[in-house]
Amino acid sequence: MSRRKTNKEYEHTFAFRFFRWLNGEKDPYLNEVEMKPQHYEGPSDETKAEWEREHKEMLERVYDTEHNALLKFSRIAYRVAAVLFCIMLVAVLLITVSYLPPVGNPNNPADNVVAERYIEKGLKETGAVNIVSGMILTYRAFDTFGETNVLFIATTCVMVLLMLDDAILKRQEVKNDRRFEPKNDAILQVIAMILCPIIFIFGIYVILNGHLGPGGGFSGGAIMGAGLILYVSAFGFKSTQRFFNEEVYKVAKITALCMYGLIGSYFYFTGGNGIENHIPLGIPGHILSSGIILPINICVGLEVACTMYAFYALFRRGGL
Amino acid sequence: MDIIRSFPGMSIMLCLFAGIISSGMKRKAACYLNSALILAVTAMNAAVLYYTVVTGEAFVFVMGKFPAPWGNELRAGMLEAAVAVLFCVIMLLSVWGGRKKLDEEVEAGKHNLYYVLLDLLLSSLLALVYTNDLFTAYVFVEINTISACGLIMIRQIGRTLEAAVRYMIMSLLGSGLLLLGICMLYDLTGHLLMSDIHEGVLRAAAVPEYRIPLVVSIALMVIGLSVKSALFPFHAWLPDAYGYSTVSSAAILSSLVSKGYIFLLIKIIYRVIGFEFFCNTHIINVLFIFGIAGIIFGSLSAIKENDIRRMIAFSSVAQIGYIYMGIGLGSEWGMAASVFHIFAHALGKALLFIAAIGLTDVSGCSRRFIEITGSGYRNKVAGLGFTVGSLSMVGIPVFAGFVSKLMFAKAAVGGYEKMLPTLIALAISTILNSIYFMKTVIRIYTPNPDASYGSVTIGGEKQYALVIILFVVFNIFFGMMSQPIADVIHAGIAVLG
Repeated sequence: MSRRKTNKEYEHTFAFRFFRWLNGEKDPYLNEVEMKPQHYEGPSDETKAEWEREHKEMLERVYDTEHNALLKFSRIAYRVAAVLFCIMLVAVLLITVSYLPPVGNPNNPADNVVAERYIEKGLKETGAVNIVSGMILTYRAFDTFGETNVLFIATTCVMVLLMLDDAILKRQEVKNDRRFEPKNDAILQVIAMILCPIIFIFGIYVILNGHLGPGGGFSGGAIMGAGLILYVSAFGFKSTQRFFNEEVYKVAKITALCMYGLIGSYFYFTGGNGIENHIPLGIPGHILSSGIILPINICVGLEVACTMYAFYALFRRGGL
Repeated sequence: MDIIRSFPGMSIMLCLFAGIISSGMKRKAACYLNSALILAVTAMNAAVLYYTVVTGEAFVFVMGKFPAPWGNELRAGMLEAAVAVLFCVIMLLSVWGGRKKLDEEVEAGKHNLYYVLLDLLLSSLLALVYTNDLFTAYVFVEINTISACGLIMIRQIGRTLEAAVRYMIMSLLGSGLLLLGICMLYDLTGHLLMSDIHEGVLRAAAVPEYRIPLVVSIALMVIGLSVKSALFPFHAWLPDAYGYSTVSSAAILSSLVSKGYIFLLIKIIYRVIGFEFFCNTHIINVLFIFGIAGIIFGSLSAIKENDIRRMIAFSSVAQIGYIYMGIGLGSEWGMAASVFHIFAHALGKALLFIAAIGLTDVSGCSRRFIEITGSGYRNKVAGLGFTVGSLSMVGIPVFAGFVSKLMFAKAAVGGYEKMLPTLIALAISTILNSIYFMKTVIRIYTPNPDASYGSVTIGGEKQYALVIILFVVFNIFFGMMSQPIADVIHAGIAVLG
């Protein structure tokens, strides 16, 4: 004998809400989620039309092709020459490619000693199952340090271009943050709550497994950076700054790059001067193996994650 | 003295470390770190220069446990060490000379970023000079490009942003062409190490059907590097980038960044392609012709200019033209003259930019010629610096520019069909140079009756005066003591090949 619920009690149950949703009696988001149309703060349509008109007028005056025959001629000649030049360049490159030796032909002039040693002795000499990791982080560690610094200098340049003063940033925060996005989107927040931990763990996995399988610092760092970006777009900068603000960013970036530099320097200068370095290679296939690759991968991963997030934050609001 | 062998690699790593640490520092600390770094690196490279001159041969330093074709490698000879020392010295002086202007023109929170850019730029220049591996060179070319772009746009006005965008586009086009060339060479030879590619090139050159891809890949690399160093038809990005960026940046860009690429090109010619093979391709004639065109048209544009900094910038186009003309002569003498001109131009152009800023500062920050009339009296040390720089660029004896022109003329006499065009170009360009430089010198020493601008004493700007005087001393030193320097260059080129 089942106990019948009163109507009032029934309205609180999951089944009631489920069937109400199924029958389409009530939109579950209505009055629950903020659904305000996006509010655009900026120049009005009239000022924009005015700008456009001025811009057009200026172009007409500067490039007055009707009265300036030379300009008209040079504009046409420039376009024709550009097209012709591109076609010519394409033709030259295609012809060149057709003369290149075919792939895999044993009579090719290319010398294979470099690739051969990477493939045949890579596992023994670097301890990394993933040959690519072994190659870029042990044999050619100096190039990769340069490449990591390319990322570093790129963020520095974006900072030069886009970073705003703290005072301006604070003022903008009140007025302008989330200009283009709805505030506290419930769907995004729930999804982000589920996805972010998974993304972070996956990123860490990819970084730590760089020497054992496909992956490594660059790809793992990119995944973690994507996770951070998802988090910040769901929960906003205020809550992100609780664990990732400019100080943390600076400390993480500088520590990661300096660690890489120190490990690298130790490796280069002991190697270059013929001194035995005391970096154990471990047993290939174990997580703690392959010498300098694992710590370098962690450093690169941190740096790449920081870079990705910094790019997003700088482009979005001009500060971290 | 074996420790000296690690100095090239150590100086590159030190620069990278300093750049990384500076990004977390305050302005003052970053500034002191930058000066200390450059001094330390100068000392290290001077030791390398001494070591190579004494031993008389180049040495190789393996970066890591694995030897050359598998790992990375640096290689230092006299020429590399000399260029590195010069780059360090000029960078230090340019930063010191432009510091006051830098404080005014750069936003308060971004000063430390400027020093980050400088440190990384220095590391990339050193790596371009010392590397023995084409891919390492490419990686550091990227760092060089991006940091140069940052140096232009750190002064945020409309013209510099536009200049930075232009620079970025042209420079990335150059990097792309360089990368295409490297890829094709890798496909043909299977190596990235310079000396091993050279062997591969010799092997591939023996087969007639591989000659076309070989020549095209060389052409792509040469064009890529000449776009990046502003050879004549590709110089559209240059006047604004040099003319409006903050003065240290302008001096560094004109005298170091473009020279770094040219030096990489010289290394590629000697160490990768082989000088003989390069001279047999027609690319060398193309470089020669565009070099001469650059000399003439750059000078003509400079004459037309009514803005002193843009005039100096256009003069750079002409001077880069000289360097490519020397490469295009296709003889060792021409190459030595080019290398000497790299030195002479780097010293003269940095001096001119820094002196010009002193002159415009006492003329109400206007760069137009009418306003700078008589400014040589108002800021005496800047006037002296500008005069010496101009005389050096025109090619008056006692100054560095004269020796390089003499070396070009000597080199031209050795070549057969290129002798007459070179000598004519030298003659015309000397006249054109003297028109625009002497015009300016006469103008800054023409007394201005209604001078409403204040004047500056040497004591008021001690650091600035010191920098100008050091530059003047170096210019005269290179002009008077040219023989030992030319000997080092010849010996350096001999061990380069």
